[in-house]
Amino acid sequence: MSKKVIIVGGGVAGMQAALSLKGQGIDSVIVEKSDRLGGKLCDWHKLFPTFTPASEVLGPLKEAVERAGVEVRTGAEAERIAPDSVLLKSGERLSADAVVVCSGFDLFDARIKEEYGYGIYDNVYTTADIERMMNEGAVALPGGHAPRRIAFLHCVGSRDEKVGQRHCSRVCCITGVKQAMEMKTLFPQCEVYNFYMDIRMFGPGYEELYRQAQEEYNIHFVRGRISEASPTFDGRLQIKAEDTLVGRPLKMSVDMLVLIIGMRAGESNGRFAQCPGVGCASNGFLAPADLFSGSVLSPVEGVFYAGTVTAPKNVGESMSEGAYAALRVAEYLGARS
Amino acid sequence: MIQWGYTINQPRAVNLDRNDLTAARRIIRQMPELQACIACGSCTATCTAGNLTQFNFRKVHTLVRRGEYEGAYEEMNKCMLCGKCRLVCPRGINTRGVVMLIKRELGEY
Ligand SMILES: Cc1cc2nc3c(=O)[nH]c(=O)nc-3n(C[C@H](O)[C@H](O)[C@H](O)COP(=O)(O)OP(=O)(O)OC[C@H]3O[C@@H](n4cnc5c(N)ncnc54)[C@H](O)[C@@H]3O)c2cc1C
Ligand code: SF4
Repeated sequence: MSKKVIIVGGGVAGMQAALSLKGQGIDSVIVEKSDRLGGKLCDWHKLFPTFTPASEVLGPLKEAVERAGVEVRTGAEAERIAPDSVLLKSGERLSADAVVVCSGFDLFDARIKEEYGYGIYDNVYTTADIERMMNEGAVALPGGHAPRRIAFLHCVGSRDEKVGQRHCSRVCCITGVKQAMEMKTLFPQCEVYNFYMDIRMFGPGYEELYRQAQEEYNIHFVRGRISEASPTFDGRLQIKAEDTLVGRPLKMSVDMLVLIIGMRAGESNGRFAQCPGVGCASNGFLAPADLFSGSVLSPVEGVFYAGTVTAPKNVGESMSEGAYAALRVAEYLGARS
Repeated sequence: MIQWGYTINQPRAVNLDRNDLTAARRIIRQMPELQACIACGSCTATCTAGNLTQFNFRKVHTLVRRGEYEGAYEEMNKCMLCGKCRLVCPRGINTRGVVMLIKRELGEY
């Protein structure tokens, strides 16, 4: 009898895991809670650091999954996991020979940082809003006119004790740099300021993009965290920060404030961790067996991880983990048969 | 008039709504590479003048870029143009050129 693997979550990590399993002759079922494959990438416009349209990555991947004949169950949310089964929210239990958890991350809810006024003032946005507006082809202020000044704020919902998110989300610095450049391209007359605590450019081509943003796009980088945003009489926002490099307070009014929101642990993780042996790290992401050769293994035999379910990662890293998890699954199933 | 001994300080904040950035933009246009500064402080660490005076090249050019010109010319005059800062800058900025440029553009402040 052929072995069956259940993949929880049909983002890039889950899709790549299914494809790599298929390549080794192993059938899998993708269980996806939303109504479509692709995960967060469905909502992104262009990908850093190359400005490649997200659809160019997602399209071929989806086609390959379809061509490979992988069974996909959308609208199916996994509630509990075990090495030999997955319990769906509907109550249905699917049996399996191995389970790969690829359920990804959640976006930080910017309303929690009340002092920045997201959801209170019309001209406060998140990086996810900007991606959506770019996809809809219309970045504009509520009145329809072009912004003259935009501020980006790094680390919203990351590296912040106050909201219980101590970790660095890694991809948001480069997202902020990418979007600052996109804004400058859309509105060449606009002044763009990025307020940061540290600039973390971890990937290939990222530091180069940062430098290009500074030198060629005239993006101003100010080291200091915005303390609060308040409305002005003319419907703009006043922001305050310390320009820590000159040791003086700084204030300015802007037309748009973009909050660079971080990645937080997926809300399913807590329920998955009820499987004996499975556990979360202190930041809520699922903790792999180890952070080296066992990065895609859970502490429980038969349960595997791939992608951002274990930590913030970019697309390439998430897909590589999908392929690596498939390899480890094949080894595991081979040893048992 | 009775002097009560109290005074009111000018606000210290860098106010980007009020500052006139025309000169800063002119400087940047001539040397866009200055914006690539990551404020590492290598220039200040190696600065001969900075060892003997309060001169802080990084701080002065950052203030200038925010439209705070007062005293910049006098500060830059402390530079002896030895060029050590240019040797250490990891971003390859022509720091000595920046000193000359700021002196040229901001003489009247
Ligand atoms: C604002 C922003 C911009 C970004 N831009 C880029 C970029 O330009 N380039 C880049 O390389 N990376 C970018 N990233 C990172 C990128 O989004 C991630 O690397 C990628 O989405 C991770 O894929 P994943 O499959 O691990 O998770 P996800 O994309 O989160 O997919 C997880 C899937 O699992 C499903 N799921 C969740 N829980 C369950 C459950 N209980 N049962 C069933 N299904 C479930 C979800 O519906 C989803 O479809 C960005 C991130 C952010 C926050
Ligand atoms: S990647 Fe940058 S913005 Fe994101 S949490 Fe880390 S330091 Fe902050």
